[in-house]
Amino acid sequence: MSETLKRTRLYQWHVDHGGRMVPFAGWEMPVQYPTGPIEEHHITRRSAGLFDIDHMGQITVTGPDAEAYLNRLVTWDITLMADFDAHYSLICYDHGGIVDDIFIYKLPDRWFLAVNAANLDKDYRWMLDHTGGYNVTVTNISDETYMLALQGPRAIELLQKLTPTNLDNVPRFTAFEGEVAGIPTVVGRTGYTGEDGVELFFPADQALKMWETILQTGEEAGIEVKPIGLAARDSLRFEPSFPLYGHEINEETTPLEAGLGWACKFEADFIGREALLKQKVEGLRKKLVGFELVDKGVPREGYPVANDAGEEIGKVVTGMYAPTVDKYCGHAYVPPEYAQVGTSIKILIRSKPKAAVVVKRPFYTPAYNR
Amino acid sequence: MKLDANAKYRDTHEWARKEGDLIVCGITDHAQESLSDVVYVELPEVGDTLDQGETFGVVESVKAASDLYMPMSGEIVEVNERLEDEPELVNSDPYGEGWMIKFKPTNPDEWDGLLTGEEYEKAVAEEEG
Repeated sequence: MSETLKRTRLYQWHVDHGGRMVPFAGWEMPVQYPTGPIEEHHITRRSAGLFDIDHMGQITVTGPDAEAYLNRLVTWDITLMADFDAHYSLICYDHGGIVDDIFIYKLPDRWFLAVNAANLDKDYRWMLDHTGGYNVTVTNISDETYMLALQGPRAIELLQKLTPTNLDNVPRFTAFEGEVAGIPTVVGRTGYTGEDGVELFFPADQALKMWETILQTGEEAGIEVKPIGLAARDSLRFEPSFPLYGHEINEETTPLEAGLGWACKFEADFIGREALLKQKVEGLRKKLVGFELVDKGVPREGYPVANDAGEEIGKVVTGMYAPTVDKYCGHAYVPPEYAQVGTSIKILIRSKPKAAVVVKRPFYTPAYNR
Repeated sequence: MKLDANAKYRDTHEWARKEGDLIVCGITDHAQESLSDVVYVELPEVGDTLDQGETFGVVESVKAASDLYMPMSGEIVEVNERLEDEPELVNSDPYGEGWMIKFKPTNPDEWDGLLTGEEYEKAVAEEEG
């Protein structure tokens, strides 16, 4: 484990501003700032949060066969996408397990993929291994591309002060190429918090300028905006029930088990389709559920889930105190017969069974869906 | 790191303070700082009798769950019930409103064996290398 951790171009800024740096997916990233994870969570929900997420990967696909190639690789039917659309999708193995979950942006001259940091090398290799027969160029542009997210109910108002593009014309799940703070940027009206907001992709050498300009502009305009660490990023994504690779999803979990069937278009012939169709017929072995504790305690990843008879039926994959819903809750995999809302289950917290109940996901409805 | 001049300490990051015949106990400023935001505190029942060094509860932060250890042997006479709904008091006021338990010491001599503020500070410095 002597592997050197990578640092983003904002590493020194984070350290200078009290960021607590921790290893994450091969990177040294701020898990929190002096504000503290819970307050960082609340700031993002009430105003705006700025996230350094440059550890994430970006891959472009170009060439005459780009659309056909990608449509074989991803579970969404990308022929349904118009220029500047952005869509969530999965990449599956033949057996239906998940390689990664990604965001796809259709730009006029290229397809642009945002992928998980921990999976970048695996994804890129997977993509290169499947180019056979297609006239495409697949390029990993992660090193030269910086990625930030600005999220929260006032994120758009703040960004509007930095771009000539009228953001009223950029609906949720679309993108544009333009300028932000004078920097050429691909702006996706996307994110991982359940709030309105944007994700920004721009030349990596402009990272500090972009970061500081956003914070300073917010301050001058009286828009509360703070840097947000990974801990709050996790609670912000958990409440709207967004999956995190390595937790809710992995190579042994299928989209159907994870409740991500909506991201699969079976009309398209994607890798993993047959396995998933077969699973649809045969039935699921396990299902992702949301639960909240009835007893007091904090559920955590890895804690066993039991039925009322005390038999172990599954495991917690994410668990925490959820700041906005103000409850102790989690995601767990259980057999389908325990997946119905209202089912009583037990979470073994340090071997002590605590009463919990299966509840509806998401815990928090994304602002743009209300 | 903030210390309470009237308190004594354990190297497991609890503080203890005399209040009449009783001992009040909580976790140190250094402990709350390293734990990050506290989201739940599990406390003992009033009437429980516990030995020095025995676990009296668990403090859960956004990061992890950590055991809490009795600085001295004693019988629990009061627990801070406010922590049930306001566990963040442990972060905001660790030596004051964030106190955790009050107990009647069964072996008052154990007080003398606890660390002074200066000794605790040194122990923390050594722990962090």
